[in-house]
Amino acid sequence: MADKTEVWLGTLSLMVLRTLATMGPQHGYGLARRIEQISGDQLSLNYGTLYPALLKLEQEGAVASEWGVSDNNRKAKFYRLTRAGRRQLERQTHDWQQATAIVARFLSPSEEG
Amino acid sequence: MSELRRLWMRLRATIGSGHCDRDFGAELESILQMHVDDNLRRGMTPEEARRQARIRLGGVEQVQQIARDRRGLPWLEVFGRDLRYAVRTLLRTPGFAAVAMLVMAIGIGASVSLFTVIHSVLLRPLPFPHPDRLVAIYSQDAVWSHNTVAPGDFYDWQNASHGYEQMAIWRWTGFNMSASDGLLPEFLNAGTCSWNLFSTLGISPVLGRSFTPADDNPGAARAAILTWSLFERRFNHNPAVLGNTVRLNGQLYTVVGVFPDWFQYPNPKIELWVPWQIEIPREIQWSHYDHIGYVVGRLKPDNQSTVAIQELSAAQHQIYLRLNGTGPVKQGVIATPLLEDMVGEVKTPLYVLLSAVVCLLFIASLNLSNLLVARSAAHQREMAIRTALGSSRLCLIRQQLTESLLICLGGGIVGLLFANVGTRWLTTHWDGLPRAYSVHLDSMAVVFALGITATAGVLAGLLPAISASGSNVLSALQENSRGIGGGASRTSMRKALLTGEVALTVVLLVAAGLLFRSFLRLRAVDLGCTTKNVLTMNYFLRGDKYSKPEQIVNFDTELLDKVRHIPGVKAAGLTNVVPGDGYYGDHEFWVPEHPPQPLGEHHFAAYRTADPDYFSALQIPLVRGRFFSENERLEHDKYAIVNQEFVRQFFPAEDPIGKHLRVAWRTPQGENYEIIGVVGDTSYQIDRSARPMMWFPILAGIPGNSGDSVLVVRSAKDVMPLAIPIQMVIASLDPGLPVKNILTMEQIVGESTANSSFTATLVLSFAGLSLLLAAVGLYGVLSYLVTQRTQEIGIRMALGAERERVLRLMLLDGLRPALIGLVLGMGASIALTRLIRTVLYGTSPLDGTVLALVVATLLISSTAACLVPAWRAARIEPMKALRSE
Repeated sequence: MADKTEVWLGTLSLMVLRTLATMGPQHGYGLARRIEQISGDQLSLNYGTLYPALLKLEQEGAVASEWGVSDNNRKAKFYRLTRAGRRQLERQTHDWQQATAIVARFLSPSEEG
Repeated sequence: MSELRRLWMRLRATIGSGHCDRDFGAELESILQMHVDDNLRRGMTPEEARRQARIRLGGVEQVQQIARDRRGLPWLEVFGRDLRYAVRTLLRTPGFAAVAMLVMAIGIGASVSLFTVIHSVLLRPLPFPHPDRLVAIYSQDAVWSHNTVAPGDFYDWQNASHGYEQMAIWRWTGFNMSASDGLLPEFLNAGTCSWNLFSTLGISPVLGRSFTPADDNPGAARAAILTWSLFERRFNHNPAVLGNTVRLNGQLYTVVGVFPDWFQYPNPKIELWVPWQIEIPREIQWSHYDHIGYVVGRLKPDNQSTVAIQELSAAQHQIYLRLNGTGPVKQGVIATPLLEDMVGEVKTPLYVLLSAVVCLLFIASLNLSNLLVARSAAHQREMAIRTALGSSRLCLIRQQLTESLLICLGGGIVGLLFANVGTRWLTTHWDGLPRAYSVHLDSMAVVFALGITATAGVLAGLLPAISASGSNVLSALQENSRGIGGGASRTSMRKALLTGEVALTVVLLVAAGLLFRSFLRLRAVDLGCTTKNVLTMNYFLRGDKYSKPEQIVNFDTELLDKVRHIPGVKAAGLTNVVPGDGYYGDHEFWVPEHPPQPLGEHHFAAYRTADPDYFSALQIPLVRGRFFSENERLEHDKYAIVNQEFVRQFFPAEDPIGKHLRVAWRTPQGENYEIIGVVGDTSYQIDRSARPMMWFPILAGIPGNSGDSVLVVRSAKDVMPLAIPIQMVIASLDPGLPVKNILTMEQIVGESTANSSFTATLVLSFAGLSLLLAAVGLYGVLSYLVTQRTQEIGIRMALGAERERVLRLMLLDGLRPALIGLVLGMGASIALTRLIRTVLYGTSPLDGTVLALVVATLLISSTAACLVPAWRAARIEPMKALRSE
């Protein structure tokens, strides 16, 4: 159970970083919406899941937050990527690609039989 | 790196969690709003939009909890909560908190003080390189196990041994230092040592040089090395003193070096060192009979002490075989580690004191434990409710432990302050504590303090915590709602704690009683002379001015004459050592009238000098014969007086008067001295029995022998006011002559019983404190019991129980733990007190009076402690008690 959460949190933080990198500063609600959208609505993100990931990133210094005003004039907390976050994104992207490539080789049917 | 940063952020969040909570709430609110806005845009009704948004957001409380757990450090927050809770609990009863902390502070402070002293004095190695290779070497025979060494033996050892890198000899000496640069003349304690003492110890001067073999021979130019204290005190830190001369006993000595301030061997009293062969009279330079020196050896790195000492023993045996017929030669050799040699004497007293304070600390912890049990009883309902609401047992135990740890921590901090004061007090008031200069509170002491604080905290907190949290929730809730016969297990726990407390107190009381009785015995020792209104002072007639007998005798006669004319002086006399001031030294003698002694058997007696009036001045009784007369002086001095012990040992069946003693007193060949009188025994040291003594006329004026003088002055009333006029008389006779040790006989006795009184007083105060704690504990438990049983007592009374019966019932209930503790403590005392036998004087470790007194003290104080609550129980009004809930 704990393991699953860890994996999920790991990939979630990568998604968050990536989203912030492409879209610039975002508030929590926007981030959740955007991630759901990109996943083709395969993922349903409620805030209880997203918030801990954001908190962890902030504590690590990968993102920074400040209060601002949203498109439709609502007060909202905006998250943006820091320099450290950008480095972390590069490193994690690389790690993830490597990991999926390895797993993909194991799963590719041609190796069997 | 990022992990560290995260920890830091979480720590920060923990400390300012209120702000973070508000921020998080606002963020959630804003997200909810945006969600609602979105839903409205999709065309939902406002209610539906809000409902959907809430569903998507998830449980706000859960999110908040998750956020909180991840944002801060939960364990730290829990700890903080426990701490806040404990502080609040303590602040609610500040009196309790203050008393508990004070008690712990006394226990911890005393323990840390004693630990510091023991650590610095007994355990820390000597401040010399490779201190473990340093040994003190003594001569040995059937009578004396650690006798000082004859110079001739020492030089033979040096030649014969291969086990020691170096070996050095030294002895105490003293000098009259002349007045200079406006400073008064003074007497200095000094050491005279073979040139290599300092290289043996492994130290060298900070200024100048050490002694060389060339300094240490009879014809050499006179050299001296100063200790730091003398350099500071008398020469004002001026390095120009190097190469200059100082006048000691009228002779000029060149200062060649100054030792560093930490070098204080064997103790700080020695302020000056001079080479051995210059000071030691030529005729005993190679003597095998005059046992005068302390020998220090440094073992070679790979050498065993036992092997090295065997070689020395063999060498000594050769000397013994060769010279046994000619004079008193020692048979054996014994070596002691140098540290042990320096501090061995205070080992037992220090460990006795440490055990006493550890006992005290233990009692304090038990007492605290007891108080906490009582308090947890009062919180029982709260505990039960919290357990019912889901608080885990561990959580409750942790909370209780936090409280007792907090009390102990407060006690520990105050205790460290106490320890600081206590350590300083101990080192300044403990006369003759070796290495006292090196005692100070250091990091080890702080570590020790932390250690015992934590131990005491856990010890005191664990029992009440476990007992408080262990009880069944339901029964606890029910028990309290009824309020009858409650807390049986808790009460038995408190009684067990009390039993332990009382038992420990009894052990302390017995130890204190024994030490105190031993001290009283010491104080009551009859020295064999009067100690009332007697003033003594030392002076040493040395140097050119006193090199002829006439000069010494003239000075003494004139002084006595003038002193006797001072108003208030009833009697005045001269001697070299007064009773109670030490053994000083002995001489071999034989009785020409007796048949020759068997080969190798030698007789010794302590030697003293006296003028005709000395014995009557000190009121030492004449048993037979007469005292010296005025014309027994100078060459006409072949008369001696002996004491009763002397007669007992050497003239058991005959009259000693008219017999002779042959003693090498005036010359190495020896002369015959006619015994003219027998006087009563006097003790040379207060806790030792009398030894044979012989007196020679001080007015013989033999330079060296007669120059050591103690002036004894007796008055009809307080004698101290006479000190100044007498000193003025001495100054008028010789302005350059320093006077030393101006003391009354009572002070001399006081000094020799000071350490005994010191230990006894300290242990007694610890025991008193423990008794108080135990009594408070008894009182507390019984009071609690009475409150608990109010209704039961009410019922008993309503059914016809008499007040006396109730009183007796409650009293016995309270006294039972005291009685069991008394029995246990007595058993432990009987087993343990034999350990302190060596520090007891004239007192058996099973002294009946002391044991009886302890039993009585304990019974009386515990009865007193129980009487108040028992009385209160007997005064209970049955109707009121039954109505009260």
